[in-house]
Amino acid sequence: MKITREEIGLKVMSFIKENFIFTGQEINPEESLLGSGTIDSTGILEVISFLEQTFGVQFEDKELVAENFDSVAKIQSFMFHKLAGEGD
Amino acid sequence: MCGIAGVIHTENRHAPPSAELLHAMIGAIRYRGPDEFGLYRDHHAGLAHARLSIIDLSGGQQPMCNEDGSLWIVFNGEIFNYIELRKELQSLGHRFRTQSDTEVIIHAYEAWGNDCFLKFNGQWAFALWDAKERKLVLSRDRIGVRPLFVRQAHGKVWFASEVKAIFSDPEVSRSMDPRGLDQTFTYWASLSPVSVFHGIEEIPPGSVRVYDSTGVYREWLYWRPSYADPREPYPLSIADATEVLRDKLMHATELRMLRADVPVGSYLSGGLDSSLVAWMGGQAKKGRFQTFSLRFDDAEFDETSFQKLMASQLDSSHHDILVSRSDIARVFPEVVWHTERPILRTAPAPLYLLSQEVRRFGIKAVLTGEGADEMLAGYDLFRESKIRQFWSHQPESKIRPRLFERLYPYLGRSPNQAKGMALQFWKQGLEKARLPGFSHGPRWSTTSSIKRFFSGDIRQNMSTNPAPDVLASLPEEFAVWDPLGQAQYLEVVTLLSGYLISSQGDRMLMAHSVEGRFPFLDSDVMEFCNGLPADYKLRILDEKHILKRVAHGVIPEQIVRRQKQPYRAPDAISFVGPDAPEYVHEMLSENALKESGLFDSAAVLKFHQKCLSKGKEATASAEFSNSDNMALVGILSAQLVHHLFIKGTRPSSKDRIVFTTAIDRVSNYQQHAVQEHRL
Repeated sequence: MKITREEIGLKVMSFIKENFIFTGQEINPEESLLGSGTIDSTGILEVISFLEQTFGVQFEDKELVAENFDSVAKIQSFMFHKLAGEGD
Repeated sequence: MCGIAGVIHTENRHAPPSAELLHAMIGAIRYRGPDEFGLYRDHHAGLAHARLSIIDLSGGQQPMCNEDGSLWIVFNGEIFNYIELRKELQSLGHRFRTQSDTEVIIHAYEAWGNDCFLKFNGQWAFALWDAKERKLVLSRDRIGVRPLFVRQAHGKVWFASEVKAIFSDPEVSRSMDPRGLDQTFTYWASLSPVSVFHGIEEIPPGSVRVYDSTGVYREWLYWRPSYADPREPYPLSIADATEVLRDKLMHATELRMLRADVPVGSYLSGGLDSSLVAWMGGQAKKGRFQTFSLRFDDAEFDETSFQKLMASQLDSSHHDILVSRSDIARVFPEVVWHTERPILRTAPAPLYLLSQEVRRFGIKAVLTGEGADEMLAGYDLFRESKIRQFWSHQPESKIRPRLFERLYPYLGRSPNQAKGMALQFWKQGLEKARLPGFSHGPRWSTTSSIKRFFSGDIRQNMSTNPAPDVLASLPEEFAVWDPLGQAQYLEVVTLLSGYLISSQGDRMLMAHSVEGRFPFLDSDVMEFCNGLPADYKLRILDEKHILKRVAHGVIPEQIVRRQKQPYRAPDAISFVGPDAPEYVHEMLSENALKESGLFDSAAVLKFHQKCLSKGKEATASAEFSNSDNMALVGILSAQLVHHLFIKGTRPSSKDRIVFTTAIDRVSNYQQHAVQEHRL
């Protein structure tokens, strides 16, 4: 069954809250994760590894740019397209 | 070098300060000066001193007074130009009883009043009691090498080298100050006069505070760092400036190597700064001396090969210690007992162990290279800031940020993920390139992210009672300085004064009764470096360019040319292995977290779990993210500060102190020399 955009967003949001926020505080999906200090450059690698495991995907080097991973909304959108593309 | 403590009463209702209190206060910091103890007491003031005898071993006892006994001083530190000042004062008719620098301060104050501070080239914290006027003068050196804290309440003013001495009086209340915590988790240190303890103030570096007999005080800065105005032409070529810097640094090192009546050793980190200082120390000494180095079990932090290279060139009597993660975890509570504030890195811990080693070899004073990176732009932050500044002119440019690859060659070889993320980090705040604080924005925002762990109470207090911002008290001329000067200023007033020379410097050295001496923080050297044009210091992206010119030909070229390695130690990884000490779990337990009330306990418990599971697989410190490293060390140390200073019993000295100098004007009891003061 195809995973929806919302489901991707929820999983990503919950991973980030559990592993980087810890306080239960909400995060704005549009906010820059690096810019707000929520996650640093090493932390982003943890996010990437989570995405690879959870969604069974692998990233090419050219995909691994901040534009794809710097907010929950960007990750959601990028993953949705990637999964859709791979499903075709 | 020493410890000082005391109290003055500014309301007449109080009985005179008791000898017992002075005993307790100085006893709490006896390690700062275990050689001799002294006290002075009258109806309104009590002063106590713990002495580490370095200059005029037989004549320098304190408290010391002027000729008519109206001015009394307790002093921690050194005035390195005391011989020159003594001559000058003698020519003005002053007569001296001792050969000490302490006596020079008293006469200088009599002769020049408030102009005396700028005449001193040294590192000091002192309290001068004017018994006639009932006036207390407190002062610290330009950059804050020596510590001084004060507490005013109930018609009394307590002061001491360390907070624990003030806390030894049961009358002094103890609690954490959320403003100090807010600043620590932004700038890595609280900004004086704010401290992490409510009501305790740190006397700012470069300042004087004078309390009158009613307890009203006046405070002013007699000095603060000031940088070159790039519109003014600079008179010296870089070649000439190199010669001047060499001479000034040589002179500063000579003063620090030779003006001591005990042998002075030197630290050797393996980097340029301490190598050069040690070499200059050797030139001054014209003989063998002892050098000391830190080595690490963890290869990512170790610099052994460079240390050995330099030690063999110096032909010094070289000693080193090997530090492991478990050593760091083991001594960390003692380290926090001495820093008296939360820290975000474990880097002080190995230095605590190193000073122990120095003392084991009978050395009481060491030269170090501290300050070179701030005075001559050695840190990556300065280079990053320069590239970010350049990038900000064309924020969409893909070419400009490639300069970061020159700074960090590994980026060029890295997979895109690391590079892309690193660039995103440096891109933060690019639009603020013209605003003060641009250089430090990324560091401050990364550090501030840890504040999300603070409890609701602390955060509430932070929002209703916000901490002063370093950018709110900038000097007027800040705006005309070159961006490098601006960044250097911020680095000096936050990290250097508040963390490096205190938590990593004075406190770790004095814990084992060792005095640090820092040629790069000589007043003449600092003034000269601050006046240099920016591109003599940071040439394109070549850091400490002019210092490399000074070092060329005398320090092995491998050390001059090597990629700068910032001094670091294993952080979070030291506390999460299977053999982590029990106290780590205790301090991060739900009970302890609730008791301190500093942090959101549920969040910290989850975070600790994450670190523990990461610890099972991690083999290197770098596998923990910078944020996680800072958060774990910061939270653990803050918990320890609470446990040791707020919850813990008040410091008391188990050992009896024998006052070999005691001037007691209350019970008309006066003695010098060996008679014991029994309590």
